[in-house]
Amino acid sequence: MSALLPFLLEIGTEEIPDWMIPAALESLRVLFEGKASIPFDSVAMDATPRRLVLRADGVPLKQADITTRILGPAKSAPAQAVAGFARKQSVRAEDLAIEVTPKGEYYVATKEEKGRPYKDILAEVLPGVIALINFPKTMYWTGKGGPRFIRPIRWIVALLGEEVVPFELAGVRSAAITSGHRRLGAREIAVTTADYEQRLRENHVILSAEERRIKIRKELAGVRVKPDPALLETLVYLTEYPTPIVGGFDAEFLALPEEVLVTVMRHHQKYFSVEDEHGKLAPQFVAVMNIPSDPEGFVRRGNERVLRARFNDARFFWETDQKKPLAARVPDLAHVTFQAQLGSYLEKTERVKALVGALGGDAHAVRAAELLKCDLTTELVKEFTELQGVVGGLYARAQDEPEPVWQAIYDHYKPESMEDAIPRNRTGQIVALADKLDTLRGCFGVGLIPTGSRDPFALRRAAQGVVKILVEGKIDLDLAPLVNDGTDGARALAEFLQDRIRYYFKDSRGFLYDEVNAAMAAGWSNLADLEARLIRIRNLRSSPDFEPLAASFKRIRNILDQQKFSGASAAAIDPKLFEDGPERDLYDEYRRIAGQPIESVVSQLRPKVDLFFDKVLVNAPEDDIRRNRLMLLGTLLLEFSNIADFSEIVTTA
Amino acid sequence: MSSFQEIIFKLKQYWAERGCIIQEPYDVEVGAGTMCPETFLRVLGSEPYRVAYVQPSRRPADGRYGDNPNRLFKHSQLQVILKPSPDDVIEQYLASLEAIGIDLRKHDIKFEEDNWESPTLGAWGIGWQVMLDGLEITQFTYFQQCGGIDLDLVPAELTYGLERLTAFLQVRDSVYDIEWAKGFSYGDVRYRDELQYSVYNFEMADIAMLWKLFELHEGEAARLLKLYNPKAADKGRFPLLPAYDQVLKCSNIFNTLDARGAISVTERVGVIQRVRKLAVGVAHAWADQRQAVVAEVAQ
Repeated sequence: MSALLPFLLEIGTEEIPDWMIPAALESLRVLFEGKASIPFDSVAMDATPRRLVLRADGVPLKQADITTRILGPAKSAPAQAVAGFARKQSVRAEDLAIEVTPKGEYYVATKEEKGRPYKDILAEVLPGVIALINFPKTMYWTGKGGPRFIRPIRWIVALLGEEVVPFELAGVRSAAITSGHRRLGAREIAVTTADYEQRLRENHVILSAEERRIKIRKELAGVRVKPDPALLETLVYLTEYPTPIVGGFDAEFLALPEEVLVTVMRHHQKYFSVEDEHGKLAPQFVAVMNIPSDPEGFVRRGNERVLRARFNDARFFWETDQKKPLAARVPDLAHVTFQAQLGSYLEKTERVKALVGALGGDAHAVRAAELLKCDLTTELVKEFTELQGVVGGLYARAQDEPEPVWQAIYDHYKPESMEDAIPRNRTGQIVALADKLDTLRGCFGVGLIPTGSRDPFALRRAAQGVVKILVEGKIDLDLAPLVNDGTDGARALAEFLQDRIRYYFKDSRGFLYDEVNAAMAAGWSNLADLEARLIRIRNLRSSPDFEPLAASFKRIRNILDQQKFSGASAAAIDPKLFEDGPERDLYDEYRRIAGQPIESVVSQLRPKVDLFFDKVLVNAPEDDIRRNRLMLLGTLLLEFSNIADFSEIVTTA
Repeated sequence: MSSFQEIIFKLKQYWAERGCIIQEPYDVEVGAGTMCPETFLRVLGSEPYRVAYVQPSRRPADGRYGDNPNRLFKHSQLQVILKPSPDDVIEQYLASLEAIGIDLRKHDIKFEEDNWESPTLGAWGIGWQVMLDGLEITQFTYFQQCGGIDLDLVPAELTYGLERLTAFLQVRDSVYDIEWAKGFSYGDVRYRDELQYSVYNFEMADIAMLWKLFELHEGEAARLLKLYNPKAADKGRFPLLPAYDQVLKCSNIFNTLDARGAISVTERVGVIQRVRKLAVGVAHAWADQRQAVVAEVAQ
């Protein structure tokens, strides 16, 4: 075994978008580990905006030598054949050995293949590995047809032990030279695998994302920062040497809605917001710089000035927009396109209003539907599009709309994700439901159906929202008639919704897929009811008699299907045809339990069913007896089919 | 403290020292320095080029009657095109900031993802907005496509927002307060311009007349493009640059109509398509014409 060496690969680039970095590292790791030709003990990944780094331990210096022996012709073979064999194996005929085998003596060629240095193998493999790293978007920079990467590659460090793994990619030759912080580090820094991280540190680059994360958190101890893990991650991958600083703004801006202030700070400036001891927004913010300190306060004052300008803009919009109340903006919606084939937002508003009525919404809901999209005409929403809905709600409140109305407008894009809450009041739930259903019906109606990852109108989110609102709002509504108008689009939408329902109950609520299938087979249109049945099934599952009974139901289903039997009905059973014993016992049991909930009968029913299948031949030769038995089984299955199709339950038995 | 004009002098000097031709602003109204032929047409083809110029950029909808301290109907961009982009282009850019007196060891500079796209020009690129202490001061783009054509050489485009940069350097809250030259503020020079154009663009521009102008310019550009014959022996003298001026006129009139509230959202896409079609047409013809010219020179 040859010596084991550390391996270091650093791909030096221009600034990679922060959100792409973790996935790129994972992609690089998988690609490297997928190269079976490179053995190693462990792999560690790190990155800053300007470098993707892979470090492996325990890479051997070279491959082991391989000796192969190839059996040739028999010793008795003509000399010509022996020479031919030797030529084919690229050895001299006189170097062939003779081996004694049970079948006789044979010529043998022995070939020594020298193990190749891993440095050479890596040099061949790495350009391909780097080029294949997966990014959501790539560019070319060396000219048309040149290599593509997320941003230009400017240097590459590739070291196996103390030796450079030599290769070239996009005109960059691998070397043992890295680069420091753009302004606080040296541009060229010689490194070894041993001092790499330390040399970077000396040049104001903290290689480890975790260390950068901890540095930000630690230096913020004592500041009441509104927790924002997503923003923290952004900043961790936007900096090589992060240092938080606290800045302030004029308290008079606190008169603006908190939502607006936080959005300006978070989305536009990447600042953390700060709270006072009562949890109210404080006139402060935290910016994270990419340098170690700000002794003269340049950075703090610069950021304060930018924020002041932004807040001034927001205040200007807030005040200007109020000059024309939401209600006066409804006609303006005629000029805002919802979707080319689906008309303007004014038309959408009319449809949503009608739908709110059909869903049983009250006068508040109708009012909210009328004002729902008016904020799309405001300057504030044009400036901060991510605040649509919220801004409408805030204006409605400022314009003295009743609480259920302004809250409904405020919340109507909710839930925006699986984790997000549904609108806080019933008015809002109905309005949000109507808005989403209208979008779904409209888009499916004109063939805008999501495919794969393409979902430009966020219809998955809308459908998920419909499901979540109906279930979590415990709204007693039949969904199917609302989406079904008999067209192809409606059929596609019904299927789409069923997929979302399945997804919701499985992935968000933790029901097992067979439970969901079983319950949905008994109906999916009323989601509050579906949820109640799912809970019953889950509870039933803990009974030891349930799965065997479900297995029997499956058997019944198979028998009925085989016999092409349908039309089960208790009235059609002829008790006179039953034999005494297990058959009549099952019938009596059925009569006893009919109409009772399955939970209270499962333990008595199961032994009767088992015994029936044990002793009774369903496929009796006599037609009337067979038919009567099928009738009994079919009726039994039907008895519980309003809860679920239990034959869908996957049993271990 | 450097005045507005001194900052411009220094940046021009800096880029001139790095091989840029220093051009004067283009004399047709544009919404951005990218639209000038010095960028839009020069980035096409395989001839290296380096140019820098200050371009007054008109965005009628951004006018605020001179009231808003940060928003202008017309702002000044320093546009730098380095074709092909040098390997140390970011270093060169950062040094340009140091050349106008920003000590980057004491300021926070970040490159935040911001990919630029102009549907009207059929152009897009990959890049960043450069943030200085939280202020966006430059758009940095590696052009990938222009006029719908994949570019042979990838140029770096640096667009400096000169008013912002100056306000930053002079520590002013309002662009109107920055010092243009000793004794003259930006407001002294430009306030009336902002006020009157806001009044015109938002209140008084004659919509019917603008539509008529739009159609005239559109018609002229389309007429010329139709006459361009790639097989003609003397195609090198065909007036594509004047045709492109007509496209620029269309674009500016479109922006004015938009600010005037005369274009519905539905119409918007259609009008953008019309301008785009002309811009892409000029770009393709230009690429063809330049190829012939380059070949001629080579002989």
